[in-house]
Amino acid sequence: MTGQDVIKITDLSVTYSNGHCALDGVNITLHTGTICGLVGVNGAGKSTLFKSIMGFVKPSQGSVKIHGDIAQKALKKNRVAYVPQTEEVDWNFPVLVKDVVMMGRYGHMGFMRIASKADHVAVENALERVGMRAYENRQIGELSGGQKKRVFVARALAQGGDIILLDEPFTGVDIKTEDSLIALFHDLANEGRLILVSTHNLGSVPHFCDEVILINKTVQAYGPVETTFTQENLAKTFGGMLRHHRLIGDDLHDDEDPRGLTVLTDDERPLVLYGEEGGEQIRKLNKKGRKRTT
Amino acid sequence: MDSLYTLLVEPLTYDFMQRALLVSLLIGVVCSVFSCFLVLKGWSLMGDAISHAILPGLAAAFVFGIPLLLGALIAALICAFLTGFLKDHSRVKEDAVMGIVFSGMFALGLVMLTKIETDVHLLHILFGNVLGISRTDLVQTAVIASICTIIMVIKRRDLMLFCFDPVHAGVIGLPVALLSFGLLVLLAMTIVAALKAAGIILVIAMLIAPGAIGFLSARSFDGMMMIAVMASVVSCIAGTIISFHIDAATAPLIVVIQAALFMIALAFGKRIKQHDDQAIATG
Repeated sequence: MTGQDVIKITDLSVTYSNGHCALDGVNITLHTGTICGLVGVNGAGKSTLFKSIMGFVKPSQGSVKIHGDIAQKALKKNRVAYVPQTEEVDWNFPVLVKDVVMMGRYGHMGFMRIASKADHVAVENALERVGMRAYENRQIGELSGGQKKRVFVARALAQGGDIILLDEPFTGVDIKTEDSLIALFHDLANEGRLILVSTHNLGSVPHFCDEVILINKTVQAYGPVETTFTQENLAKTFGGMLRHHRLIGDDLHDDEDPRGLTVLTDDERPLVLYGEEGGEQIRKLNKKGRKRTT
Repeated sequence: MDSLYTLLVEPLTYDFMQRALLVSLLIGVVCSVFSCFLVLKGWSLMGDAISHAILPGLAAAFVFGIPLLLGALIAALICAFLTGFLKDHSRVKEDAVMGIVFSGMFALGLVMLTKIETDVHLLHILFGNVLGISRTDLVQTAVIASICTIIMVIKRRDLMLFCFDPVHAGVIGLPVALLSFGLLVLLAMTIVAALKAAGIILVIAMLIAPGAIGFLSARSFDGMMMIAVMASVVSCIAGTIISFHIDAATAPLIVVIQAALFMIALAFGKRIKQHDDQAIATG
């Protein structure tokens, strides 16, 4: 179920002023109603692609269109919301939960940013939506990891756009919290939003993404997770950057079963592929098997 | 009653004391409002650097007969951009670059001032002379301080968001580069406003301490700003009046009182250092 096209990236190249070419010839069209994972090594251009969508970097070639507008114009219409990494936020900052969510409304307010009745209603609804209404008067440092993430998702909802960019949403949260956040993201996508998630946590991609973009300066592969998130495409994207463990038939079974197990990981939840060489499939591990080994 | 009269009212029967109190209140308010942004943005060292770096700008302003504010602004911007440029184009870390740039500019200013005949005493530029404020000085300070205070209070939400989450500020279409530049210009203006009264060395204390006191005591930004302003106003009044009675230097006494208030806030502030286990327990 793909919705309408929201982000159309055509032949996008970005070269920084120091001559570093971060993106080269990127072509993608993203739709509402999906959760799309953006996967690549550090320096592969994940953050540059995010910055291009947010209009922070100027394309040296090509264009990013959001609902038909160039990125900078789309920002003025509050189309794009950004949820920062937990480590990027100063949790000692003297702001309350409701203050943070209200920041999502600034783009709708006048010169002095005085909140109207509609702004207060939007903040209350957003907090209700993520289940954080009871915490609206907490200082943000007084929250748990999952609650912190929810507050910033609420800010994105209060802002009212249909594109939400998430940067490494699951660092520092436990598996239970991760599952409840994934459920929330699915609901938000089903309501007609595009959720674009930048992550290097390969193992979690099959658990929550509908589509995946594999990026290494340019798009190596893009499409539904089932058909795109394959060992071949990952090898193409990551080169020799992944830890690669393959347990072949003899290590796993006593019988003649030729199937083997491949574990791919950079540093977080591993991606597990199981089957005969070349025909391995993603295994969605059951809950019991998902204990994180850190 | 007599003793209370002697304590509070008698100092204010003198013209120079009235002006001293008024000017210290003016700079107390503007510095404390600015200090909130400085503390939250982590620009304290930047404030220190710029307050020193404006010295050659002041000296040049004397020479060329341009307004002090203009000279100070140009010097402040040179310091900020030179620091940024050298950081980006060398392997030296930012604090070291900043240290070299501002102390170099400060030293240049000292050299210039020893060679130039001016009507302003070097010690007064460095440490201020709140008791020697003239009527013209007072008007000048009042104008600059009021403009800065009004701008910062009106745009406090944008500036606060710029300190808290510049990426989000950019995403909702705020002019982030302009806010950053504006904050820098406001810093230079605040320092110039405080120049005659506090001097460029002590102004940095007035630009940090109130914000730090507010930060330790408040849970919301508006609360922090109100506490910062109150702490600053109280120390300015107390410092001016006490300095009259004990015949001490006024600006340093204000700074000492602010430092004492900071220690009290540290000991009794609402916001104790948060521990990870506390956050998990409440979640």
